[in-house]
Amino acid sequence: MTLSLSHITRRFGKTEVLRGIDLEIDKGELIALLGPSGSGKTSLLRIIAGLDWPDAGTLAFDGQDWLSRSAAERKIGLVFQHYALFPHMKVRDNIAFGLNVLPRAERPGKGAVAETVDRLLSFLQIAPLGDRYPAELSGGQRQRVALGRAMAIQPRVLLLDEPFGALDAQVRRDLRRWLRGVHDSAGITTIFVTHDQEEAFELADRVVVMNEGRIEQTGRPDQIYDHPATPFVARFLGLNVELPVTLNAGRIEAHGLDLSALPRRAMPDGPATLFLRPADILPLPDPNAPFRLTEIASTGALLRIVAEDGTGCRIEAEVPRRAGTRLETGMNVLLRAEAGQVFPGSAQGRATAPAAASDITHALKENRP
Amino acid sequence: MTTLAITAAPSGRTKRVLPGFGLTMGLTLTYVGIVILLPVIALMLKGAEIGPARFWEIITAPRAMAALRLTVTAAVIATIFNALYGLLMAWVLVRYRFPGRRILDAMMDIPFALPTAVAGLSLTALFSANGWYGQLLEPAGIKVVYTIWGVAIAMCFTSIPFVVRTVQPILEDLDPQLEEAARSLGATPFTIFRKVVFPQILPAFLIGTTIAFARSLGEFGAVIFIAGNLPMKTEIASLLAVIRLEEYDYNGAAAIALTLMLIALILLALSNGLQWQMNRRRGQP
Repeated sequence: MTLSLSHITRRFGKTEVLRGIDLEIDKGELIALLGPSGSGKTSLLRIIAGLDWPDAGTLAFDGQDWLSRSAAERKIGLVFQHYALFPHMKVRDNIAFGLNVLPRAERPGKGAVAETVDRLLSFLQIAPLGDRYPAELSGGQRQRVALGRAMAIQPRVLLLDEPFGALDAQVRRDLRRWLRGVHDSAGITTIFVTHDQEEAFELADRVVVMNEGRIEQTGRPDQIYDHPATPFVARFLGLNVELPVTLNAGRIEAHGLDLSALPRRAMPDGPATLFLRPADILPLPDPNAPFRLTEIASTGALLRIVAEDGTGCRIEAEVPRRAGTRLETGMNVLLRAEAGQVFPGSAQGRATAPAAASDITHALKENRP
Repeated sequence: MTTLAITAAPSGRTKRVLPGFGLTMGLTLTYVGIVILLPVIALMLKGAEIGPARFWEIITAPRAMAALRLTVTAAVIATIFNALYGLLMAWVLVRYRFPGRRILDAMMDIPFALPTAVAGLSLTALFSANGWYGQLLEPAGIKVVYTIWGVAIAMCFTSIPFVVRTVQPILEDLDPQLEEAARSLGATPFTIFRKVVFPQILPAFLIGTTIAFARSLGEFGAVIFIAGNLPMKTEIASLLAVIRLEEYDYNGAAAIALTLMLIALILLALSNGLQWQMNRRRGQP
């Protein structure tokens, strides 16, 4: 056990941004804090970094209390979303900053500092950029310098706030792979904040999904993807088709839907809500089925279809375009769910809930500079 | 960017957002020419007319030397004080939220708004032997009115806003994350100020301080009331120029005025040069 957080709460005025966070992080783990904007993930990161303090709760590193320690004493490597490089210093001096501000007794000599900087520059693959100023670098290069500056102090924990938020898609993908490589070879316990589930899932050993100041679910990426623990996680992960269903002896039943592929659940009988990914719904032509195809639109690789049952229930689904060549509007289809998650209680409304999807796009937009 | 440049090239010139560049630029240059440049050139021509030997003679005459020395020394004292105090004021106004902050902020402009003669009169009243401050200072053996300290205080009063108002916007725009980054890297508050904050505001600070100094050199209205204007003791250079003018000694007046202007211009050029160099290094235009 390395980092241990328990019952952390934080409020700003009347808004509760953290409502009791419990989390254990092991040495060398790469953790993603995933959530929409306003979920408290950055507030939590700032508390771990020592830039903010919780109203209640404890934070300990290897059994030592961290709340009584300053940011400097914690030895944290922090990478900001917009890098926060010192604009008046060359790359080299930016990276050396943490070493140069050490108390005189602990400060390494000039030669040792230069050596560390050179080593980091080549480790981060930016060796030729040492004498440039931050204004002369691209976004991706600044990101690397920011990481180098954080790593120079040999941090016990590396914290990254939306590390790829300000970069374009291609650079994002490259840097993601590169960061995974850096983590694997340096072995530093790393926590990063993101609103992008793809990023979290590809990069992290363990994903912590947060919403409204609480942890909704913690687990390995695949585990969360296959078994979202709460309706929020389900929606956040793209299971945005919500259907009212009935549970009957563990079986999920709904009119006009083939749910036989879903496993039995150990849940009490009664109304429940089924969450499905549009891509996990398979329309099978069946003249006797209640659903009729009302819209078919192609996105190139996929066909986005809409099926309605005439009573106001509207379901969106996605099928690979080549697999859906037989589909036509007006056709009656049986909808077969390949996978899905069910939660007790009835849905607020029938049919699809595009709210979750728009939350994500909202979060994406907000983080573009 | 490259493709953009290529497609834009055949059209010859880029379209401007606002029309009337010719007219507005013409007006600007005319104004600068008539109101700023012409008097300066006239002064320089007048100075050149005198001839270097005579010029030197006028400037090095004991009374002129004393006046120039007093003016520069008092301006240096005022500027050092304003540099430190102005930086502190700007810091307080930007970094802290307290009741009355807006009022304090508005008060910074009083020296700009107040007629300098009014400032001079009230400062004299305050610091004279029976004034509010003078009552306390005189028994302690500190005499302000009719000394160089009085001159420096009057200069301080009129030039403090230059430092505050140039540093303030830069300080406001500073990214707070820079300081947080420095803090997380283990820097102490003083180190953060010295290594992160101050270098960022240095160009603006330098300009503000230089302008304050230039303003102090030429300050007239506020100073003459508190200075006492004793020749060889508390007579400032611009007053001496006026006196020479009243004596119909145009050459004497021009030489002194030109000397003051040259000191101010050289300093402005130096600080602009320094600022330009600092900004260029950082890759900013």
